[in-house]
Amino acid sequence: MTKYDVAIIGGGLAGCSAAFHLARRGARVILFERGRCGSQASGVNFGGVRQQGRNVAELPLSIRSRTLWARMTELVGIDCEFVQSGHLKLAHNEQEMSELEAYRQAAEEWGLKLDLIGTSRLRSEYAYLGESVIGGSLSPTDGQANPRLAAPAFARAARRLGAEVREQSPVEKASYDGDSFVLEVSGQTYVADVLLNVAGAWAGNVAAWFGEAVQETVMAPNMCVTEPLPQFIGPNLGVCGGGVYIRQSAHGSVVFGAGVGVADAEALRARPLAAVTAEAAQLAIELVPRLRDALLVRTWSGIEGKLPDSIPVVGPSEIIPHLYHAFGFSGHGFQLGPAVGVVLSELALDGETPTPIDGLSISRFANKASVSRLDTPSRSLFHGK
Amino acid sequence: MSGSNRVVVIGAGPAGVEAAITLSKYGIRPLLLDEAESVGGQIFRQPPKAMSDRRVASELYGFDGSKAVKVHAAVEEALGVGVEYKSLATVWSADQESIHYIQNGKSECVLWSDLIIATGAMDRIVPLHGWTAPGVYSLGAAQIALKAQSVLVGDSIVFFGTGPLLYYVAYQYLRAGAKVKAVLDVSKRVGARMLLSFTSGGSDILRGIYYVSYLKAHGVKVASSISPKEILVDDQGNAAGLKFLLSGGEECSISSKAVAFGYGLKPETQISDLLDLSFTFDELFRYWVPQSDGECRSSNERVFLAGDGAGVRGAVLAALTGRRAAYVLLAKLGIQPPVAEVRQVSAEIARAQGFRLALERAFPFPAALAQTVPDDVLVCRCEGVTAGQIRQAVDVSGEAEINRIKAFTRVGMGRCQGRLCMSTAAEICAAHNKMDVRAVGRPRGQAPVKPIPLAQLGRQL
Repeated sequence: MTKYDVAIIGGGLAGCSAAFHLARRGARVILFERGRCGSQASGVNFGGVRQQGRNVAELPLSIRSRTLWARMTELVGIDCEFVQSGHLKLAHNEQEMSELEAYRQAAEEWGLKLDLIGTSRLRSEYAYLGESVIGGSLSPTDGQANPRLAAPAFARAARRLGAEVREQSPVEKASYDGDSFVLEVSGQTYVADVLLNVAGAWAGNVAAWFGEAVQETVMAPNMCVTEPLPQFIGPNLGVCGGGVYIRQSAHGSVVFGAGVGVADAEALRARPLAAVTAEAAQLAIELVPRLRDALLVRTWSGIEGKLPDSIPVVGPSEIIPHLYHAFGFSGHGFQLGPAVGVVLSELALDGETPTPIDGLSISRFANKASVSRLDTPSRSLFHGK
Repeated sequence: MSGSNRVVVIGAGPAGVEAAITLSKYGIRPLLLDEAESVGGQIFRQPPKAMSDRRVASELYGFDGSKAVKVHAAVEEALGVGVEYKSLATVWSADQESIHYIQNGKSECVLWSDLIIATGAMDRIVPLHGWTAPGVYSLGAAQIALKAQSVLVGDSIVFFGTGPLLYYVAYQYLRAGAKVKAVLDVSKRVGARMLLSFTSGGSDILRGIYYVSYLKAHGVKVASSISPKEILVDDQGNAAGLKFLLSGGEECSISSKAVAFGYGLKPETQISDLLDLSFTFDELFRYWVPQSDGECRSSNERVFLAGDGAGVRGAVLAALTGRRAAYVLLAKLGIQPPVAEVRQVSAEIARAQGFRLALERAFPFPAALAQTVPDDVLVCRCEGVTAGQIRQAVDVSGEAEINRIKAFTRVGMGRCQGRLCMSTAAEICAAHNKMDVRAVGRPRGQAPVKPIPLAQLGRQL
């Protein structure tokens, strides 16, 4: 039986990027995807490549990912339609403006430069915006990409480097025998030294197999797109406090979303809701009045994993050696995906990563309920947060 | 939004109208939604009310004139009494509880208890060089121009493709005073032996023979087993005729001011899809249809299927299945229509169905033509995707599943939402990957069913 250096559960962007970076370093790697690579959250999200507004615990990862987005052609052979369009986060009032200013200062410490835009500049430079916003914060280095292309591109590039990528292959069971990981897939058994749990909305189940139950729920973004329009928007748009988000792709179509549809993780189905679509259309028109006459041509959704604090788990298991998790991106994992893959490859092969990910540890969900068969004394060191 | 859940019929063509009226006769007052201004669907489409159209029914609908008058009159009668009919009501989304439609520029919602889907069919085309030029129409569009707008798509026209509609539309154009330059069919000539095999219900065939004879008698070139090569385009970029091969392989060109073509019809299935109904692949027609138990029941016990939306069988069967769908729904609601009537409609359906299938078999969908669309021909005109780009996506990705190829290339993502291009795209993917077209899967339906201006979606409570 072949013994793999690393097995990966989940063919989303993070998993495919991990497979690619592991194969690049010569590791023997196998990836299992229950459907098609990038067919859930990684393939159906908004497509924002955004650093601005992230929880500071994610910022180092996000900033590292941004450098990879700029190198997509070199890495995977296509640019995934990455465009540095910028990201403009808009404020409705002075209080939100001061929140943007506070965030600007925090982000600067990590090296992310943001540009605060007052009302008069907003009215002259972004004249297409509605009256309800009074200013904003521009992140010039942010941008957008086509989610439908990114994960499959990493999967193909990984295959070219010798990684085994198995689609339509749900992992039925995985366990750790004290030395290696044993995976049951379609009646076959696979053995690996290291296991990466990047199973998205299903990753909570995988973690539970190893006694690390985390309260992961599912969410389904309610995405909408218009017919192609002449270019007029420029940066991706977001608003303080969430709500609607809008981007115009290089192709001209305007992608927007607000609210969530319905997700059924068991049936592998997610779909938008008409009432939510209508609400999103209304919010989009309020932010960009010119959209009122644009034709809505399509809506869609996909299943994403969400954690109680809306930031992901990225890092080692606190129970099982050589098990690493990266899941629960809670609706904003696309931009992070490429760097999560690199970080996981480093953790798998080197046991450490230069990117600070301490704030994303699974230890923040200290799990009292489950009893692990491999409880180790060191585990207590990770508890207590 | 209405207080209690409604029985809803979507589509006011022959099937939907018959279903709604039948329900009303037995005390159910359905909500009948249709996107057109008047009832009749495509086959009995009426001119806009604002037009002072003086054409009589026999001119507009040929042999079906009296039937059209009956359909229109029946609905007029039922309106406001037994049927709540909403015209210009475009259904854009549906789920297990509600149906969302646009009317008077805003989105409305109705909660439904039972639903009859009678959404009809639309043109099926296979792209070729020149098909996006001004002056090129689908057969259905050419018919709409004539019936609803009282205009010809051009003063001289070449018609090509296949199916009963090919001859019917050409005949209507000739009667309306157009110069019909040629009627060219990719199917084999329907021989005498095949005609004899149609043992019953042969009125459609007799009509077909009449149309062909009429066309020929008026000097129209009629040919079978042709292969279209390209739609000719003049210096201004407008359609200028058709280049094609005769059955013997000889190349021919016929010039005209307009070209109309189509290869039969395909069911409009987006609403069935949004409701998660099970689908089956129809071998004969090479398209996906919502699964039916043969008695208009879908895979959802609250949803019934009638007319061409459940598989193209024409107007006669549409009306019959509309009535049967209503009977089946009534029975489910505990209202038993007279057994004799139910039996009679089943018998009529059985008779008409056998004949209709024989007719359709004579005009098969030219899958080989779709599979061999040249690399430089646009398949998806909305998004500018060529046949070559689709084949390349199959090569690069190693995948041929149609929704994945859509994701990679944008084929079918434009304003027509794939309704025109996806059956060809599926044939291209399957042929290029050397697999059965069923194996590339079925394009997933996504709301809105038709493109809608954002402002019309408005705010919903």
